[in-house]
Amino acid sequence: MASTVDAAEVERFSRIADEWWDESGKFAPLHRLNPARIGFIRDRVAAHHGRDPLDFGADGAGPLRGLSILDVGCGGGLVCEPMARLGATVSGIDASDRNIGVARLHAERMGLTIDYRAVPAETLRDEGARYDVVLALEIVEHVADVDLFLACCAELVKPGGVLILSTLNRTTKAFALAIVGAEYVMRWLPRGTHDWRKFLKPSEVARGLRAAGLTVEELAGIVYSPITGRWRIDQHDLDVNYMLLASKPRS
Amino acid sequence: MDREIRCDVIVVGAGMIGATLGIALASAGVRVAIIDRLAVDTMTAGPYDGRTTAIASAAQRALEALGVWPMLAPDAAAIDDIRISDGRLEPGATEARTSLLHLHFDHRELAEACAPAQPMGHIVENRFIRRALFTRLAAMPTATFLAPAETARITRDNAAATVVLADGRVLRAPLLVSAEGKFGALREQAGIGALQWRYEQTAIVCVAEHEQPHRGVAHEKFLPGGPFAILPMTDDPRTGAHRSSIVWSERADLVPALLKLDDAAFAREFAQRFGSHLGAVRPVGPRYHYPLSLMHAERYIAQRLALVGDAAHAIHPIAGQGWNLGLRDVVALAEVVVDARRLGLDIGGTATLEAYERWRRVDNLALVAATDALNRLFSNDLPPVRLARDLGLAAANRVAPLRRFFMRHAMGAVGDQPRLTRGLPL
Repeated sequence: MASTVDAAEVERFSRIADEWWDESGKFAPLHRLNPARIGFIRDRVAAHHGRDPLDFGADGAGPLRGLSILDVGCGGGLVCEPMARLGATVSGIDASDRNIGVARLHAERMGLTIDYRAVPAETLRDEGARYDVVLALEIVEHVADVDLFLACCAELVKPGGVLILSTLNRTTKAFALAIVGAEYVMRWLPRGTHDWRKFLKPSEVARGLRAAGLTVEELAGIVYSPITGRWRIDQHDLDVNYMLLASKPRS
Repeated sequence: MDREIRCDVIVVGAGMIGATLGIALASAGVRVAIIDRLAVDTMTAGPYDGRTTAIASAAQRALEALGVWPMLAPDAAAIDDIRISDGRLEPGATEARTSLLHLHFDHRELAEACAPAQPMGHIVENRFIRRALFTRLAAMPTATFLAPAETARITRDNAAATVVLADGRVLRAPLLVSAEGKFGALREQAGIGALQWRYEQTAIVCVAEHEQPHRGVAHEKFLPGGPFAILPMTDDPRTGAHRSSIVWSERADLVPALLKLDDAAFAREFAQRFGSHLGAVRPVGPRYHYPLSLMHAERYIAQRLALVGDAAHAIHPIAGQGWNLGLRDVVALAEVVVDARRLGLDIGGTATLEAYERWRRVDNLALVAATDALNRLFSNDLPPVRLARDLGLAAANRVAPLRRFFMRHAMGAVGDQPRLTRGLPL
C-alpha cells in the first residue's frame, strides 16, 4: 500500500499516536467510553437499514458494509477504525493537523483504509459531500457556534441517512461528575478540558437539529458504573453523558 | 507479499485446547489459522497419546454448543459417582488398605440443582477428542488448519503478530495465541516468567480390564506415592471387556523400575494398588508415563499475545481439571475476542487481552493452589497427617453443603459463566 504520509510526519506523529492509542494512557477515558458509543452507533445504523448488527456476512465484510460514514472531530481515529472494521467506508475530519497525522499513521499501521482530512465540516459541505451516517461525538460542546455547527452536520447527511451525536448535559450532576470528578478528582481528563457553560441540554441540541430539517428519533444516556468500570447505554438517565439519533427525510 | 495470509487470530498448537479455540472462534465467523508441527494423522494415532480426559459437564455444554459433542458421545463413559479414599501399601499385602473413612460424591445429590440428574462428567480417550475436533474444524469455513507446519520465525509489534513458516508462507493477524502446552516457547519468548516446580512424581497411564462393570464410579485413591485414579471407560468395542483408564502417580525414582517390570510382575504391583472391588483386574496395552510438574505463568498476555491452557498453567492431574481449566480459558478468550470484533475494536489490543486475563486468572490460580495442596496433603504417609486427612475426608463427607461445593467444582459450574459453557452460541 502506497503511503500518503512522509517520513518526517511519521517521526513527529508516532509518539503522539502511541499516546492516543494507549488504552491505559492519557486517552483511556475515551477508550473506555468506546464500547458503549460504538455499540449504540452500530445497533442504530444497522436497524435503520434493516440489518442484523451482529451479522458480518459470509465474506466477513461487516454489518455496516457499503455505508459511508463521516466522523466530525475524529481525533486520533478511535471511532473511525472500528467503523472501518465493521465494513463502512469511513472519512474522518479534525481541526487539528496533529490529530489527523496521528489518525493516518495509525490506520496505516492497522492496515485500514480511512480518508482523513484536516478540514472543517464546512469544507466538505461546500464540496457537496454527503454521507449515510454523520457522527459528531464529544465535539459539539467544544465548537464556537452550536447552531451553525449542527446545521452544517445536518447538511452533510444524505436524504434517508442519520446523524448521531454524543455530548454532555448542562446539569449540576454533569458539573459534579464530568468536571469535578473527571478533571479534578479522578484526573481522567486534563483540567480545563470542558467548560460546563458550553454543555448543552438535549432540548437545545434537538432544537438546533430540527431547525436544520432533521427528525430526532432517540435520546439515550450513557452512564458509568464504578463497579464494573464500564459505560453502558441507559434509556432514562440523560443527566451527564447522552447520545442522540436524528434522521433526515428521504426527500 | 502474495504469500501472506491475513487473518484475525493465529493459534499456535492444535492440541485439544488449540483446536477447540479454533472451532469456537470460527463458530462466530472469526478468521482463524491454527498451526501445528505435527501431522493430523500422527496426532490422532493410537500410540501418540495414551491418556483420557475427564470432560466436566460445563465443558460438555460448550462442546455441544460447538457441534463437537455428538461426535464424542459414543466414546464417552459417564462418571456418576466419585469415591475418594485414603490408602496405604503394606509390604507383602496383596491389596492397598484403604481407610474406612472416605468421601463419596453422588451426582444424584445435585439433582435438585440440575434436574434430571446428569453425570458429573465423562471420560473420553484423547485420540477420540482430537479426531472429533479436527473433523469439526475441517467443516468450518473461516478456519485454516496448517499441519504439519514448521514455524521459522514469530514476531510481534504494536500492530500485529507475524508468523513465518519454514516453507515461506507468512501469516499476519492482530492476535497470536499460544496453545502450545506447558513447554511452549512463546511464553518465554515474550519474557513472561512462571511459577514452577517439578513434583517428584511421574504419572503412569494405562488401561485396566476388570471382571465387573464399573457402573460409572470413578475412584481416587490417595496412596503414599501419589494419587491412583480409576476412571470409567466405555467397554472395549471389539471384546466387550469392562475397562477403566488409570492415572497412577508414583514417586519419580520408582517409576523407571516399574516400567521395566515384565507383564506379570507389573500386573501384581498394579493389582495391589487397584484393589479387588471390580473382581480380577489386569493392565492392558502400552504403559505411558508423564513427569508431573506445576507451572503458572505470571501473566497470560503480552503485546498481541495470549496464553491458553497448559501454556498458561499446568496443574497436577489429581483432580482431573487440567483440560477443563484450559477449556474455560478457551471459551473466555473466544468470548472477549468475538465481542471486541463485533464492535470493530482491536481484538488483539490491550483492553481485549486484559479482559481475558482478569476473567481467567483468579479461577486458574484457585485450582493451581488447590490441586497442589491436595497432592501435598495426600502424597505422604506421616501418621498425624494421615489422621487429619482421614478425619477431614470423613467430615467433608458428612457435611452436605461442603460436598456439593466440591462437586460443583468438579463439574466446572463455578465462577462467571461464559456463554459457551452455559450452552449458548457465542
